[in-house]
Amino acid sequence: MKPTRWAGRAAGRRAVVGWAAGGALACLAGVGAFLGIAYRSGLPTVPTPKASDFPVELVSRGAALATIGDCIVCHTADGGAAYAGGRALATPFGTLYSTNITPDRETGIGGWSKEAFKRAMRDGVSRDGRHLYPALPYDHYRRVHDGDLDAIYAFLMTRPATSAPAKANELIFPLGFRPLLAGWKLLFLHQEEFTPRPDHDAVWNRGAYLAEGLGHCSGCHSPRNLAGAEETGGSAYSGGMAEGWVAPALNGAGPAAIPWTADSLFTYLRTGVEGRHGAAAGPMGPVVHGLSRAPESDVRAIATYIASLSADRTAPETPAPPDRTAEAAKANPAAAALFAGACAGCHEGGAPMMTQGRPGLSTVTALQLDRPDNAIRAILQGIHPPTGPAGPTMPPFAASLTDAQVADLAAYLRTRFSDRPAWTSLEAASATVRKEESQP
Amino acid sequence: MTVTITVNGADHALDIDPATPLLYVLRDDLELNGAKYGCGLGQCGACTVHIDGKPAFSCLTPVGAVAGRRIRTVEGLGSADAPGLLQQAFEKEQAAQCGYCIAGMLMRAQALLDRNPDPDEAQIRAHMQTNLCRCGTHMRILRAIRRAVAMRKGVQSAQDVRP
Repeated sequence: MKPTRWAGRAAGRRAVVGWAAGGALACLAGVGAFLGIAYRSGLPTVPTPKASDFPVELVSRGAALATIGDCIVCHTADGGAAYAGGRALATPFGTLYSTNITPDRETGIGGWSKEAFKRAMRDGVSRDGRHLYPALPYDHYRRVHDGDLDAIYAFLMTRPATSAPAKANELIFPLGFRPLLAGWKLLFLHQEEFTPRPDHDAVWNRGAYLAEGLGHCSGCHSPRNLAGAEETGGSAYSGGMAEGWVAPALNGAGPAAIPWTADSLFTYLRTGVEGRHGAAAGPMGPVVHGLSRAPESDVRAIATYIASLSADRTAPETPAPPDRTAEAAKANPAAAALFAGACAGCHEGGAPMMTQGRPGLSTVTALQLDRPDNAIRAILQGIHPPTGPAGPTMPPFAASLTDAQVADLAAYLRTRFSDRPAWTSLEAASATVRKEESQP
Repeated sequence: MTVTITVNGADHALDIDPATPLLYVLRDDLELNGAKYGCGLGQCGACTVHIDGKPAFSCLTPVGAVAGRRIRTVEGLGSADAPGLLQQAFEKEQAAQCGYCIAGMLMRAQALLDRNPDPDEAQIRAHMQTNLCRCGTHMRILRAIRRAVAMRKGVQSAQDVRP
């Protein structure tokens, strides 16, 4: 072997070592810079404020705002104490558990100052400096006015303190490493405080402020990108998924058989059921439960704003909603018998429920959607009003119908009550929902 | 059309419209009159039977949907002469007033005990939530279920049964 080649190799090796060293330094610098960005200091604990520290009007305004923000829904476990956390939130990245936001000193936010609370709401950083996952929609809460955050703080700090330690999240690797969230925030957390639009009236602006801020409607009704951030611009409000349910588009691209108006949206949001679109189900159930108790003017404002999202789209001229009994029975004869025995008692024309202003199936949005998920979930799981108040109820059919029967029935419903293309893979979809239901 | 159903272990071939509610078939054709017609809308639970071991509203179950599946009614739990354990517990606690809802209550509760022989109070209440009693004997019904749990464990004293 020739020495020159050795020399060449040695030089090459030196170059490799040099590159490696340079690369390592760059990496270190990068990691250092990243950790610099990712680092958020802890804020000192403060003595837990007393209820008498807050004016009653502030607390009651905070109660109304927290209702519109639906804090209680995520921050309360099934059967658990209000706001004490522990509810499992299934995400594409694993399961997160909500935390205790009662003023308990050890396990809640009893030691949090107003500044720490506002930092969590706007920057997604816990009092101790840890980054919070964007399941807490701080990308929306950044839009909320300072005074309203004061009111919500006053409301939460005057709730009964409950001791409830946080449960450990179950996330896919490496998302348990919270400093990574700083990178997510660099990319996606740029929202600013809401400023009213002068070309719209006060009601619209109030609705926009509530829907875009505390209400975080687009959190479910917009698609999310691979990093779990909401898509914006033209994709905003074009529909998304929430806990396995389709959250229909609100920008006019939705398939409602009869277009929504501010009035019909108000009825839906206030009562949970609207005679020409359907009943709130799945994750929308708790939302309308909250809005049924929110200030009426705020719910009207939200309905006004949401209706305006689709106002510039010319609604397609809707012919009379379809009801092709014979055609559907011919396509799915066994399902016609299932419908007659299981569904007709409530859903057929002239049934007692139909004389009470409940929506006919040909106007129910679930049967018009591109995906069959909502229809299948309603059949298998039924529709249940949130605990407490009265509301639309549908019994579950998971025990009496097999996946093949659910699929057959869904195909029948689609043919009979919609002009849209047939759904596919219905049996598999039913099996998926059923499997998820049988999880403990 | 002929539909064959299996009720309490016995097969029955019926010439029947497959849309007929299972409840009507049980009561009118098979003369199993335990399950009751309450609301006919799946809201009260008086018609509850088991389909493949799970509680279901027979008033909203077309008979064609359950061909070849295992159906169990209150008659399958025991008889007047030889009542099953849960039936004995209901009798001991005098859980029935008018009795109209009781067959459904028994079947609903039995499904829970089959799945979980030692349920806690919260589990019992959550499970029984779908069944209504117009007389208001819910407290006795709950007590009877707790008694059945205790009886299975060999505890006989009513004092030990109370939560």
